[in-house]
Amino acid sequence: MQVPAHFGYDRATSIDHALRLLARHGDQARVIAGGHSLIPMMKLRLAEPEALIDINGIDELRGITVSGDELLIGALTRHADLLSSAVVGEHFPVLHDAERVIADPVVRNFGTVGGSLCQADPSEDLSAAFVALGATGVIRGAAGSRTVPLREFHLGPYETAVAPDELLVEVRVPIRPGGSSAYTKVERRAGDWAVAAAGAAVWLGPDGAITDAGIGLAAVGAEHFTAPEAEEFLRGRAGDDAALVEAGKIAAQHCDPQADQRGPADYKRHLAGELTTRALRRAVARASGQEA
Amino acid sequence: MMITVTVNGERHSHDVEPRLLLVHFLRDVVGLTGTHWGCDTSNCGACVVWLDDTPVKSCTALAVMADGRTVRTVEGLERDGELDPVQRGFMECHGLQCGFCTPGMMMTSRWLLDRNPDPSEEEIREALSGQLCRCTGYENIVRSVRWAAENPADDSTEASQEVSPS
Ligand SMILES: Cc1cc2nc3c(=O)[nH]c(=O)nc-3n(C[C@H](O)[C@H](O)[C@H](O)COP(=O)(O)OP(=O)(O)OC[C@H]3O[C@@H](n4cnc5c(N)ncnc54)[C@H](O)[C@@H]3O)c2cc1C
Ligand code: FES
Ligand code: FES
Repeated sequence: MQVPAHFGYDRATSIDHALRLLARHGDQARVIAGGHSLIPMMKLRLAEPEALIDINGIDELRGITVSGDELLIGALTRHADLLSSAVVGEHFPVLHDAERVIADPVVRNFGTVGGSLCQADPSEDLSAAFVALGATGVIRGAAGSRTVPLREFHLGPYETAVAPDELLVEVRVPIRPGGSSAYTKVERRAGDWAVAAAGAAVWLGPDGAITDAGIGLAAVGAEHFTAPEAEEFLRGRAGDDAALVEAGKIAAQHCDPQADQRGPADYKRHLAGELTTRALRRAVARASGQEA
Repeated sequence: MMITVTVNGERHSHDVEPRLLLVHFLRDVVGLTGTHWGCDTSNCGACVVWLDDTPVKSCTALAVMADGRTVRTVEGLERDGELDPVQRGFMECHGLQCGFCTPGMMMTSRWLLDRNPDPSEEEIREALSGQLCRCTGYENIVRSVRWAAENPADDSTEASQEVSPS
């Protein structure tokens, strides 16, 4: 039987209340959102916080809204809510593609967007999807708010820019015309973490050329979950298949997969390239109106 | 910590350690052993119960997180002595062999049918995809859920309503 070590438990009623509780407990406290990464870690005693601060009652952390040319996603938004949101699907199909293959429907009822990003598991899918979209995280601490591009958010495996006394409160995704996006993942069985996964976003000019591209990679040791060399290669090019294949090759060259029970490193590298190309093809097809 | 959880319409107040998992609270403190405890790693779904209106793997939730909320377990599926159509479907279609996965399968199936009264085979498989059965090969589970869809209770909206605490 797996039982967590002893801890104290506090329920925060507002963001400010949560920040006060975090300040009181110092770095011995951990925020709990869906708990679907933290509780398993505590059961295995890989995490032994002295205090848990439950943020599930904080309504201001919830919700998906469009404000100006940005989509705002509260940190406490559940996977299931992101998946069922029409406005998310309309602007960012990559997020719906990714959510369909994150865990299973029951886990998606509880796991949150903020928890996923803050857990910073190297195989985490939403990080790759948000990185492709050029999203930004809003972090609140006692001194106020700051924004961090998700490309600078992940400092390493299980390590983020959020300090122990801070909260991730929101993710902001810029809505830019002329673009679309897609996510592809290979998993061993339904609901499993990725062997490898790739997200792509492209923006096309009036002539169909790629004006901008974003690529996110999960589970293949890509720094900050991204492939900047492949993105740079695509900018200004016609979005023909040869270019998308070459971009996949470049992404594969620059990642650093590790062999584990999900597969050997060379297989994962192969997947990184192939999945990048497939995600790009789908994003281009969607952006040019050839595919839903 | 003192918590009050309404389980299947009945209020239960207990002093528990914050580290107590919801599955152990239900089985060992409340005494409802219909909820099974399997993998302990959020993979098998034997422990699925509803927290408020949503299925959760109760081996991966803390009892204190259910304080002030309602929980529905497999014991709460039947109404006034009448088995839920899902329970009858599992009987009619041989939806279980050892029965270990069954409580969780049925809780998620009821949730699916409340939201989608006429699910396709694919939708049933997707809804149950986070739950493992080592006996049936899933075919009969899918048939059982289809049976329940085709044979709803007389007042099928009743099934989705929690008995409210006094
Ligand atoms: C069976 C299973 C399969 C899964 N498969 C996948 C998969 O295929 N792909 C995938 O991407 N994920 C997968 N996951 C992970 C799932 O998405 C989790 O829900 C997610 O990783 C964590 O979200 P949470 O809300 O449960 O976070 P918690 O477990 O509550 O928290 C995780 C960490 O983030 C911190 N934290 C949470 N919220 C905040 C905040 N707002 N500010 C600061 N810190 C915060 C916590 O302190 C903790 O350190 C799976 C999980 C399970 C159980
Ligand atoms: S015991 Fe909870 S998912 Fe297996
Ligand atoms: S009936 Fe035995 S595990 Fe499903």
